[in-house]
Amino acid sequence: MFAGTIVFALINSFILILMAIGFNLTFGISGVANFAYGALYAYMSWTMLNLLHLPFWASAALSIVLTMISGAMMYRFVLLRVRGQALSEVIATFGIGLAILELFRYLGLVGFEYTLPVFWNESFMIAGAYVDIQRIAIVLIGLMLVLGLWLFTHFTSTGLAFRGIAQDERTALTFGIDSDWIATLSVSFGAGLAAIAATIIIPLGSIAPNEGYDVLIKALAICIIGGLGSTGGVIVAGFIVGFAERFTDTYIGSQWTMIVSLAAILLVLAIKPSGLFGQQKELEERI
Amino acid sequence: MSLPTALRVEDICKIFGRAVAVDHLSCEVRRGELLGIIGPNGSGKTTLVNLISGFLKPTSGRILYNGQDITRTAPHKIVGMGISRTFQMVRPFYRLPAYKNMIIPLYSPRVRQLAGGRYGDRNAVALDLLEEVGFERDANVAYKPAGTLPQGYLKRLELAKAIALSPDLLILDELFSGMSLAEVASIVPVIEKLRLAGKTIIMIEHRLKELFRIADRIMVLNYGQKIAEGTAAEVMESEAVKNAYLGSEE
Amino acid sequence: MKKRRERIDRGIKARSEDVYALCSWREMLYLAGPRLLPAAAFLLLPLFLGVYWQKVMISVAVFALLAISWDMLAQTGMISLGQALFFGMGAYVSGILNFYFGMPPWLTIPAATVLGGTLCTLILMPVLRLRGIYFSMVTLIIPLMLVRIIEATKIFGGTEGLSGMTPLPSTLTEIYLVTGVLLGVLFGLRRLMETDYGLVLKGIRDNDRSVTNAGINIYWFKTQALFISSTIGAFAGAFMTHVYMFVGMPVFALDYSILPIAAAVVGGSGTLAGAALGAVILVPLSEALRGIGGLRIVMYGLFLVVFIVAIPEGLFDYIQRKYHQKERWVEIDK
Ligand SMILES: Nc1ncnc2c1ncn2[C@@H]1O[C@H](COP(=O)(O)OP(=O)(O)OP(=O)(O)O)[C@@H](O)[C@H]1O
Ligand SMILES: [Mg+2]
Repeated sequence: MFAGTIVFALINSFILILMAIGFNLTFGISGVANFAYGALYAYMSWTMLNLLHLPFWASAALSIVLTMISGAMMYRFVLLRVRGQALSEVIATFGIGLAILELFRYLGLVGFEYTLPVFWNESFMIAGAYVDIQRIAIVLIGLMLVLGLWLFTHFTSTGLAFRGIAQDERTALTFGIDSDWIATLSVSFGAGLAAIAATIIIPLGSIAPNEGYDVLIKALAICIIGGLGSTGGVIVAGFIVGFAERFTDTYIGSQWTMIVSLAAILLVLAIKPSGLFGQQKELEERI
Repeated sequence: MSLPTALRVEDICKIFGRAVAVDHLSCEVRRGELLGIIGPNGSGKTTLVNLISGFLKPTSGRILYNGQDITRTAPHKIVGMGISRTFQMVRPFYRLPAYKNMIIPLYSPRVRQLAGGRYGDRNAVALDLLEEVGFERDANVAYKPAGTLPQGYLKRLELAKAIALSPDLLILDELFSGMSLAEVASIVPVIEKLRLAGKTIIMIEHRLKELFRIADRIMVLNYGQKIAEGTAAEVMESEAVKNAYLGSEE
Repeated sequence: MKKRRERIDRGIKARSEDVYALCSWREMLYLAGPRLLPAAAFLLLPLFLGVYWQKVMISVAVFALLAISWDMLAQTGMISLGQALFFGMGAYVSGILNFYFGMPPWLTIPAATVLGGTLCTLILMPVLRLRGIYFSMVTLIIPLMLVRIIEATKIFGGTEGLSGMTPLPSTLTEIYLVTGVLLGVLFGLRRLMETDYGLVLKGIRDNDRSVTNAGINIYWFKTQALFISSTIGAFAGAFMTHVYMFVGMPVFALDYSILPIAAAVVGGSGTLAGAALGAVILVPLSEALRGIGGLRIVMYGLFLVVFIVAIPEGLFDYIQRKYHQKERWVEIDK
């Protein structure tokens, strides 16, 4: 049982990391906290495509692209106008997310008929536990995404520009980096990551508007614990929460898992408010 | 030499990531003295001010104020102990009229305590203080929103806010930059007056001529290190200073 | 012949900062009118309304309180996405005091107001050290997590909630209690934000470092603002527990977070009165639109976006301007 729990904790950790990494990427680069994050996009495009009855791979690709486009549009048409005003940014993104999710709830796009097809319906025996390929795919894709992201930000010019803006927007501007364009890309990439996460995670469950809120809660929780804007933080926090949840589930009781996350958040806030890997940028900004 | 030490910086370091902004710096300011700090751009002057005023925590080293360790004290407490500083990049409350900007320092615990808990008319005090630094009363500049004021006025507002806290040690970070010659000439007497009132002052300046006229002692920084210290004449004679200033132009 | 619109302040001395030279009843009325009118409306209207609209009015007052409490925080630079936390905390505390300890409403409501406010302040205090959106993130997720926790652990009645609370004596008592508090809070807080203390709070939003540099402990002031705000929210919750005679998971629902924000944004944040005005508009509107069900929240979401992007100063500011300024077209000679 112990070994099996570890396997599932590992999978759970990757699910959490996948959910949080897009939100974190967007915030880390452009400082936009996208409260319309993740499930919203993912949910939106997926439902659309499910209605179109396209083959799985086509609809997956299309949904990721559409999600990225809608993220970029959200930045261009809404966020750009209120850029730099924290109050307005938060409220605008929150309002958009809310409108989308509740519209879907209203339209009644809920339940199992809108779940995604499972890639392959087979399972393995790992450490005494049955694990289906879907879950293994999550771990593999999670690993690939993290690695890909790292390569992207360290070796491509767009990626380097991302990091430049993240470190010091004004200096980056003097090097001719278009910060609006980068911010658009960052929101769009964040949305894309959410869509990818949704593509591989949703098959495990079903689609419902509450799922959207759940993903947002989980993403925020992971970012708060790990430290906003820090990819390393997201990964570490993903593992901490992922393992803590699974172990409480197995050994204490499933109803306690949410308490563990809440306790983790409150504990981290009390001890190190900026998160485990928070870069303390807040405190060391130039005066 | 008999004057007691007001501020003592002991072997302080501040490292940002890989950049060393202040590098094993030690210095002393005596009570009632006016110390000028000069140095090329990026030599760590502002960082030093941020360390003293508690906005940044040093990587290593200690800062003592009147013998008391203030290295890890919160900035607002440091102000309460009598150290106040101006910001090089002005930080007014843009939406408020200039005189309302003054209310916030006047509301601070330190000022209220010094006033003995008496309730005065803060607006009147604010206007007086502003007039002192050159906000002409008849021109009604003090009533204009800070966001509409020119740089010279914002700098003076910054000074007035610092003076409002009736500090014992006043740190002025590049107060004169952004001011016209006439404005500088009108502020110099204000500073002289503060000195006569016994305040200890640290001035960071790029306008050397004006600084040399009023400073008792000059300290020169380069790459976060102290490269010279002494009277204006002594400092300007030093080879290291010449290299630092001329070298930076090559 | 080109024309442009000219705006002229109405000629009345009393509008200048602190000179009060009122010469006539007309001028006094001009000044007092906008304050007396809503107060009178809140006090007299209940006598003429049917039971249904009386309930709506209670709802208006409760959401106005939540919106004011939101605006108070926003003015201090803290953007809450979870007024439901304050509301729910107050509701549960008064519910528990009434249900388990049998305390009467006139005791539970004040106790829950203070206790609920204190609890919320304690929970959120660590976040005050951080700037930016941390506050929004934490306030958003904590009420949602609390719901899950209550659901899972079945404490305090679990999904069923606690019912059978002591009701307040009559609907009119309810209305006058809540509107009295609302008017008191509205005028009191508006006054408070105009004082030097309020100036410090607003200063924290504009430029927290400057406030620190003025020797003021911003965390302590933020804590106070948070306490004031969460107390107001907790009162609303405590009150509603006795109106519904029930407390349960719905008190942490997103509605209690979103409608207040929408109200404050539509009415115009930064004035407190705008927040109340927003509630006066949105709550009856949402009652009237009950038929469209879930679409209401969609509508709030869109309201938020449209207003924040297009009319960020809100309706109150607009009305205030129209009231205090004359407009006329003047010709530009070229
Ligand atoms: N918050 C920060 N993060 C990273 N590096 C910083 C920060 N603040 C300052 N630095 C670096 O530390 C060095 C010293 O900067 P500082 O602002 O103290 O110089 P200065 O002497 O005040 O310059 P100037 O005369 O231009 O005002 C510079 O290289 C600067 O880039
Ligand atoms: Mg400097």
